[in-house]
Amino acid sequence: MKSQVKSCLVGAAFIAAMAGTSALAQAATTLHVMWYSDGNEGQVIAAQIKDFEAKNPSIKVVLDQVPYKSIQTALPVQLAAGQGPDIARVTDLGGLAKYMLDLRPLVPDAAQWDANYGPFLNWMRLPGDTTSIHGYMTQLTITGPFVNKTLFEQAKVAMPGPKATWPQWAAAIKTVAAAEKVPYPIAADRSGHRVFGMILSQGAKVFDAKGNPAVVDAGFKAGAKMIYDWHQQGLMSKALWGAVSGATYQGANTQFANGQVVMYESGSWQIAQFAKTVGTAFDWVAVPTPCGPANCSGMPGGAAVVGFKSTKHPKSVAKLLDYLASPAVISAYYGKTLSVPGNLGVAKAGVHYEGASPAAAAALKVFGDEVSTLAPVAYQLQGYSKNKIIFDAVISRLCEAIVGQSTLDQAYARITSDIANQIAAANGK
Amino acid sequence: MKAAPASNLLARGGRFIAELPGAPMALIERVIGTGRMAYVFLLPNILFFGMFVFLPIGIDIYYSFTGGTALFPSQRPGVGTLQYHYLASCKSFYDPSSCREDYFWRGMWTSLKFTCIQVSVMVLVSLATALVLNMKIRARGFFRAVYFFPVLLSPVVVALVWKWILQPQGLLNAVIVGMGGHRILFLADAGWAMFWAVFVSVWAHTGFYTLILLAGLQAIPRDIYEAAEMDGTRPLRQLLRLTLPLLWPNLLVVLVLVTIRGVQTFDEVFALTGGGPGTATMMIVQYIYTTAFASQVPDYGLAAAASVLLGLLLLVLTLAQLWLTRRRGAA
Repeated sequence: MKSQVKSCLVGAAFIAAMAGTSALAQAATTLHVMWYSDGNEGQVIAAQIKDFEAKNPSIKVVLDQVPYKSIQTALPVQLAAGQGPDIARVTDLGGLAKYMLDLRPLVPDAAQWDANYGPFLNWMRLPGDTTSIHGYMTQLTITGPFVNKTLFEQAKVAMPGPKATWPQWAAAIKTVAAAEKVPYPIAADRSGHRVFGMILSQGAKVFDAKGNPAVVDAGFKAGAKMIYDWHQQGLMSKALWGAVSGATYQGANTQFANGQVVMYESGSWQIAQFAKTVGTAFDWVAVPTPCGPANCSGMPGGAAVVGFKSTKHPKSVAKLLDYLASPAVISAYYGKTLSVPGNLGVAKAGVHYEGASPAAAAALKVFGDEVSTLAPVAYQLQGYSKNKIIFDAVISRLCEAIVGQSTLDQAYARITSDIANQIAAANGK
Repeated sequence: MKAAPASNLLARGGRFIAELPGAPMALIERVIGTGRMAYVFLLPNILFFGMFVFLPIGIDIYYSFTGGTALFPSQRPGVGTLQYHYLASCKSFYDPSSCREDYFWRGMWTSLKFTCIQVSVMVLVSLATALVLNMKIRARGFFRAVYFFPVLLSPVVVALVWKWILQPQGLLNAVIVGMGGHRILFLADAGWAMFWAVFVSVWAHTGFYTLILLAGLQAIPRDIYEAAEMDGTRPLRQLLRLTLPLLWPNLLVVLVLVTIRGVQTFDEVFALTGGGPGTATMMIVQYIYTTAFASQVPDYGLAAAASVLLGLLLLVLTLAQLWLTRRRGAA
């Protein structure tokens, strides 16, 4: 009996070893994909990659799922050392452009890419480059606020309407927070996109006539002061932005999902997450970006999947990206991840959002409608390849003023000098 | 009967293995002479140190004289002492906001402040703990284990545990609110954040330094105390005139280790406060890390120059320790 068991085990081990060897022999190329998720994107892309592998047995794809922080800090160093993955999902599109692989000569139908991803391809290009195709958008993101509607109902306060201003919202939120004893009346992610999502409406122009950064102007100061004042008044808690230093990202999604926030300035990528984490605990809605004297604009942005020059398998990279970016596959991806489409053809045809709750479907419509209200400067800032320098300087210095380490005027002076120094450093000093 | 040949065989095998390097060593000794044999034994360690300590130091110094954003040394243009010039560009070194690289000086001053407070508190707490644990108290073994336990935890785990305790909806605030008090933003207030950074650091490491001091206390002969007691010396006088002078070598080791660790502090405080609020708990090592690896334009040259200056500061501290030890030894 014992010898039978032993024989079976040896046989099984032999078969497993043979299977492994044959799989290895078949998969001549292995691609590494570095991926972060806000919601269920990792699961969806893993399934799509499996489909690709089934159709292309000679290519094996290893999906390395990492925290967003790794994409921000570890990936740039890996790429600088020439040790990066073959493909990654990134948000610093302009900053990483110098490492990206041009897919144009490698994809069978570049015209399809131009037609569907045309406006966004420019976000991934270096200044002066007008032709490269570096990747496709996994989502177009728009910053904007989510509101805990239940808190408004419990406090018996009417929610401001679609064209309400930031001060009108702030006044209403203050009443709700006081009535319901909410620790975070207004919360916003500690991120440059979110800050400019609030500041642009105050008339910030960000660039001079030649297109060079000229961040600190009257509009910017008005927006920065609004955020500063909210912190001093307790409308925004220092526990979120004040609790870290530099340009460190800090989200407030957990606090919102726990019902501790009245208005959460974040963006469209949170929809899938809130549909799952909030569920039916309370009613949540996405509302249009409140208005300022200049406009009612949020900030566009997005995540893209790009290939890198350092890959040893550029043709396989192009093959995988061409498959994932194809209309049928990307449309399914947008539908399953509840993402605002970053593919013009798919957006025009409409996305079928699978299993989207009424709240998620309504939020997707709000963010979809927001595209038409975006100010031109918002697109200009998103398309500027060194925009993260601006974002990081603003976040770092504004926070120092908020926690009392400097005055707002000192912060403005530092923002200007930080941006100038960093751009000089980026240009080789 | 069977055990004896087996053990003989084992002993013979062991002897054979032990004598295996004998022949080549004897040959080397014949060639280079007995006097130089020490270098042969030192060679593996020197190679290891050279590879992982001296070579990186050399590369770091080289980087500090280069500019640009490229990672590889061959692609980096030389800029002379420009990086040091940037770091030293200040109207007043006491006012970081007047400096071009204000974060560097903020980090320096914060590290200095943190180190001064932490060293004083750590040494006092460790000494007090060691003195108590050296007494014949009930459950002494249990308390020794309890005080040493945090040393076994990873710094990040320590920081995360305390972060959960200290956050606005954390355990400590729940207790305060439960007792009718107001919620305190412990990690969003500069004073509180520094207090907790020091507290957590002391909590996490005091066990290690207590152990060093406890070993020193146990090495002091009992008969000295017995003689003092027979002379009617009071306990406080015993502590000041006998214990502390005899414990001085161990105290010095603790002092130096705590100081160097204080200047190098990064992981715990970074995980606990992220350097905030603002830059209130941003240490110099965090500045170096952020400048090189966490900004969109990685400035490896500037970070290298800052780390060279930090290295020089640590060298001064170490030399001061050597001088103190020798002076004490001579006395």
